[in-house]
Amino acid sequence: MSVVEAPPTQSDTLEPGSRRSLGSYLRDNEIDTRMVGMVAVLLAIWVAFHFLSGGTFITPRNLWNLSVQTSAIAIMATGMVLVIVSRNIDLSVGSMVGTVGMVMAMLQVEWLPPLMGSGNSWIWLITLAIGVVLGALIGAFQGSIIAYVGVPSFIVTLGGLLVWRGFAWLTASGRTIAPMDATFQLLGGGSSGSLGETGSWIVGGVACVGIVALLVMGRRRRRKFGFRLRPTWLDVVLGLLGCAVVLGAVWVMNSYYLPENLALQYAEEHDIPIPEGGLQIPLGIPYPVLILIGVTLVMSFVTNRLRFGRYVFSIGGNPEAAALAGIKTKRTLVRVFMTMGILVAISGAVSIARLNAAVSGLGTLNELYVIAAAVIGGTSLSGGIGTIPGAILGALIMQSLQSGMVLIGVGAPVQDVVLGVTLVVAVAIDTIYRRRAAR
Amino acid sequence: MSGTTVNGTPLVEMRDMSVSFGGVHAVKDVTIDLRPGEILGLVGGNGAGKSTLIKTLAGAQKADSGEIFIDGNPVTITTPRDAKAYGIETIYQTLALADNQDAPSNMFLGRELRTRWGTLDDSAMEDATRKIMGRLNPRFQKFKEPVASLSGGQRQSVAIARAVHFNARILIMDEPTAALGPAETEQVRELMRQLKSEGIGIIMISHDIHDVFDLADRISVMLQGKLVGTVNKDDVTMDEVLAMIIIGKMPEEVTTKELEQLHG
Repeated sequence: MSVVEAPPTQSDTLEPGSRRSLGSYLRDNEIDTRMVGMVAVLLAIWVAFHFLSGGTFITPRNLWNLSVQTSAIAIMATGMVLVIVSRNIDLSVGSMVGTVGMVMAMLQVEWLPPLMGSGNSWIWLITLAIGVVLGALIGAFQGSIIAYVGVPSFIVTLGGLLVWRGFAWLTASGRTIAPMDATFQLLGGGSSGSLGETGSWIVGGVACVGIVALLVMGRRRRRKFGFRLRPTWLDVVLGLLGCAVVLGAVWVMNSYYLPENLALQYAEEHDIPIPEGGLQIPLGIPYPVLILIGVTLVMSFVTNRLRFGRYVFSIGGNPEAAALAGIKTKRTLVRVFMTMGILVAISGAVSIARLNAAVSGLGTLNELYVIAAAVIGGTSLSGGIGTIPGAILGALIMQSLQSGMVLIGVGAPVQDVVLGVTLVVAVAIDTIYRRRAAR
Repeated sequence: MSGTTVNGTPLVEMRDMSVSFGGVHAVKDVTIDLRPGEILGLVGGNGAGKSTLIKTLAGAQKADSGEIFIDGNPVTITTPRDAKAYGIETIYQTLALADNQDAPSNMFLGRELRTRWGTLDDSAMEDATRKIMGRLNPRFQKFKEPVASLSGGQRQSVAIARAVHFNARILIMDEPTAALGPAETEQVRELMRQLKSEGIGIIMISHDIHDVFDLADRISVMLQGKLVGTVNKDDVTMDEVLAMIIIGKMPEEVTTKELEQLHG
């Protein structure tokens, strides 16, 4: 009795041209059609820029750089999803990047070396740990004012936007702090800040095993309860597609080589003979992207598999119902802002490592890019709706537009216009889509 | 007063409950009780204080004064969690559903089933939801869709399923049939009779005097925050209860003329 039969209107063979039935077929099999659409948009943008730029967009070099440039915003966007889903906003993240980034820079450049000896191999880790704790504290502080005092998050974080920008300046009296600790620099990517060829393939392999394991476990669980299974062929296709994307991405990352002069220098340092036709050292997955992948996995897990995530969505869907269900809504909100703060610290670490410096203007306007990424990625500002992968796709779409426009020589003012229009159009399409889906 | 115990200790006794909002007494010195296997109708006009009173029992509203006894023992209920720990489940008029989430998530909201690793066990929750829905509303099939996309009756059955699933001993239903069509209303009534026969005590708030007369064993009437009185349904007529609701007079106080004016 508990087994649901497939709706009779659906046929297993897909007729070409009947897009509506394809959409509902995918939805019936728990495939997010919205996400599929976003991937299509992203690919369209890539192809368009590829032709407009005379074939320079879809190249390992550009995609590698694109992935690194996306990381800092995407890391924070995953946290902004939870913030917005809980019916709040955080306008302070850009300034928090400034303060936390500046503190981390001061720690590794001026404060820790005298205590630990410069070049101490623990400096990077202690710096990062203190940064993360500071981010969490700032987040918890702002979150407590929002949850317990009841000041709207817009106001609290608008204040935070000014306060933390001020602290970013005060921390180093407006100086530029550089260079970063040698190990810390790796967090930003750069020529040596990536995983290398073998490591990247290993990560890709582990990811493939993970994808297959998730699909198999999902089937097993559904079978155990007697729920309707996805058609086997669809699961196989999904698994193959997932692995193909992962391995393809690794292949692209491994196809980008260390620039020649650096490769020669590396060869000299490591006594590697230079083969004919030049030395090609694959960079592989950059560390910031690896960090982003880790953040994505953790945040997806938190969102989908832990009670905390479910409570955040319940609060966003109906705060009163969440409270009546006995959920500690205030504590949950504080944790949301704490999570945001931790992600800000991680993103700030990536930013200063990549710049190899910290300036008091670090992270300026990041809040807007982060919010835009989350919203383009399908997070609803009225709360209760949003996904982590969506936000990352949103960040990737924005960065693709920006990088693409740079490639074809569009000036900064026009870039701003395009990004602004994209934001509004994306939300407009989303609104219409949701209205239609709700019918 | 008919509140004296006939068959042992009352399941719930609320004694001298008072709640005020900024100097206005929403509930003033109200005493009601509920016995096992009984349906108590709580009626009164808009703003009579019914919802506020039951919210103090559900842990959603703090009382300024008064005592609550469960099985004769004094208890302190300050949060919804406290109430649920005593087996008190509430179906609010608004249903209190998270519209963006599916039926299983709503069923287990705040009481999620978890795997041994502490993660959410969505399959087990869906399974339990399918089982209870198979009993309450066999035609219900939308287990994976946000409850926002369900009909009024389906949403109501999710809210009821949530209350019933956790072995409530005391069920509070605020306007249980207000949003329902005739067939669904009958379904809910049937369910209430069934729960009653299982020994569950039900406090039912309703505007619909016919509903109350059909289901309730006793009727408590409130007017302007105060209890007018509690009567056995079998001892009174519908007009007498209407008189209690509208002019606040007990059957023995009300005159024939006043009763006639009710229909004027």
